[in-house]
Amino acid sequence: MLIKKAEDIRSSEITPKSVYLNRRTFLAGAAVAGVAAATGLSLREMITPSAVAFAGNKIAGIQKSAFSTNEKITPYQDVTHYNNYYEFSTEKDGPAELAKNFRTRPWKVKIDGQVAKKQELGVDSIIKIAPPEERIYRHRCVEGWSIVVPWVGFSLSELIKRVNPTSKAKFIEFTTIMDLNQMPGQQRQVLQWPYVEGLRMDEAMHPLALLCFGMYGEDLPNQDGAPLRLVLPWKYGFKSIKAIVRIRFTEKQPLNSWNISAPNEYGFYANVNPNVDHPRWSQAKERRLGEFYKRPTLMFNGYDQVASLYSGMDLKKNF
Amino acid sequence: MIHPCFRMLRYLKPVLFLACLAPLARLAWRGFHAQLGANPIEAITHGTGDWTLTFLLITLAVTPLRKLTRQYWLIKFRRMFGLFAFFYGCLHLMTYVWLDKFFDVHEMLKDIAKRRFITAGMTAFALMLPLALTSTQWSIRKLGGKRWQALHRLIYFSAAAGVIHYIWLVKADLKKPLEYGFVLGVLILYRIGAWLITRLSTRTKVEGVRDKVLTS
Repeated sequence: MLIKKAEDIRSSEITPKSVYLNRRTFLAGAAVAGVAAATGLSLREMITPSAVAFAGNKIAGIQKSAFSTNEKITPYQDVTHYNNYYEFSTEKDGPAELAKNFRTRPWKVKIDGQVAKKQELGVDSIIKIAPPEERIYRHRCVEGWSIVVPWVGFSLSELIKRVNPTSKAKFIEFTTIMDLNQMPGQQRQVLQWPYVEGLRMDEAMHPLALLCFGMYGEDLPNQDGAPLRLVLPWKYGFKSIKAIVRIRFTEKQPLNSWNISAPNEYGFYANVNPNVDHPRWSQAKERRLGEFYKRPTLMFNGYDQVASLYSGMDLKKNF
Repeated sequence: MIHPCFRMLRYLKPVLFLACLAPLARLAWRGFHAQLGANPIEAITHGTGDWTLTFLLITLAVTPLRKLTRQYWLIKFRRMFGLFAFFYGCLHLMTYVWLDKFFDVHEMLKDIAKRRFITAGMTAFALMLPLALTSTQWSIRKLGGKRWQALHRLIYFSAAAGVIHYIWLVKADLKKPLEYGFVLGVLILYRIGAWLITRLSTRTKVEGVRDKVLTS
C-alpha cells in the first residue's frame, strides 16, 4: 500500500513537537540576527562621539604644521581604548585599564652610542628643545586598520642635532622601558622584552619623523605611549615605539622587536606598501576606524615626500 | 543522579536554545549601544569565531560528559549545540564574505589559495556543511546509523581546522588558540581512550570464550 497508514509510522519517527517548533525559531532567530548585525553596524557609524573625556594636562603654545592632513580625526575615545601595547596586554582594550597607574615622572632618557657626549636627559628638558607642533598624521597598523591622530611634538631631527652624533652614527636604536611590576605583559615572552626599534639616520633626520609627547592638545595618555614616543607616519605602527628610555646611535643596523619575533613577516623598514603583502594577509586595503567600507592603502601611507629616501631600493626585499 | 522526566526536558530545550542565542544577543546589544569598541567589525568577527569554536567543543564534550556523569539524557541537546556551532560559523563566514571582502568572489578565491589561515578556516566551515545538512532524523534513517556516525566524525577535523585557523591568524600571542587546542586535545584523547578500552575488553571477552571452548 502506497499511502502510509497511521500504524505504519513508528512512534520513534515522529518528530517531538519541541524540536519541530525549534526549527522555526532557529530560522526566525537567524533572520533577526542578520538584521541586528546589519543595523548594529550602521548605528555605530551614525553615533557621533559624545563629549570627550580628556585626561591629561593641556600643552601650551602648540603651533600648526604644514604636515597635517585635512582628513577626519579619529575620536579620542577610540584612540585611547584601541591600543596595541603588548607590554600591558595583547587585548586591544587592555592597556587603557592596565596602564592607569603607570608612572611617567620622573623619566630619564639615556643618550649613548656614537654621540659626542653620553648623557641622561630628563623628559621635561627634552620636551623643551623645540616648540610643540600639532601634526595630524594618518597612522596605519600592520594589521590593516588605520586612524588619524593629532599628535603633539617636534621633528626628531631637533633632538638629534642637539646631541651631536659622530660620523660613525649610521643608525639609531630606541628602547622602551622594561618594568615587570608596572607592565604585566612583560611577564610573558609574547615578544622579546624590552621592545626595541630602529631607524636609518636619514629616515630619523627626515622632518616628518616626530618625537611625540602629546595628542589632542594634551599630554600623551599612558596607553598611547606616555611620556615619550616616536610617530613615523609612513611606516607601519609598530615602528612608532612607545615609552622611550634609551636612544643609542649605532654603526650597524639595529634589531627591531617584531623582526626578531617573525623575520619573514616584519622587516626593519616596514614602509606602508600596498604592493608588498604580509605573508599571511594582504596589505592592499585597510579599514579606517569608524568607516564601514575598506579603503585602498596608499604607498608610504600617502607620504610621498619620503620616497627619495628609498630610491633604488628593492622594497619587496627590504620590507 | 538527576534523571529529568520528559516534561522537564521539554522545558529545558527552549531554555538552552535561548542560552545558545545569548552570545549573539549580547553582540547585537553592544552593537546597538556602540559598545563594541573602536573596531566593531573586528569585534563581531572575533566574537562569532570564538563562539563557533566554543560550540564545536561543547558539542564534542556531550558524549564524554554523558558517560562520565551518567546523565545520558544530555544527548538530546547535542544536535542543537552542533547546529549552533554551524550557525555561529555562518555568521563568522558572513563577516569575512560581506564585511571584509564585500562579496568580491575573485578576491576571496585568491585569499583561500594564498592565505593559509583562510584555507584552514574555509576547510573548517566546509566540513561543518555536510554535518548540518544531515542533522535531521530523516538523514540518520536514510544513511543508516553506522554511515551517519562515520560521516559525523568529521566534526573532529572541523574543530582541528578551526584551531589551526586561529593559530595561523594571531600575530604573536598563541595563548587563546592553544587553550582551544588543549581542550580539543583532551576531548580527542578521551575518545581514543574510550575506544581502546572497548577494544581491549572485547578482546579479553572473545579470548575468554575461545579459551573455554578450546579447553572444554
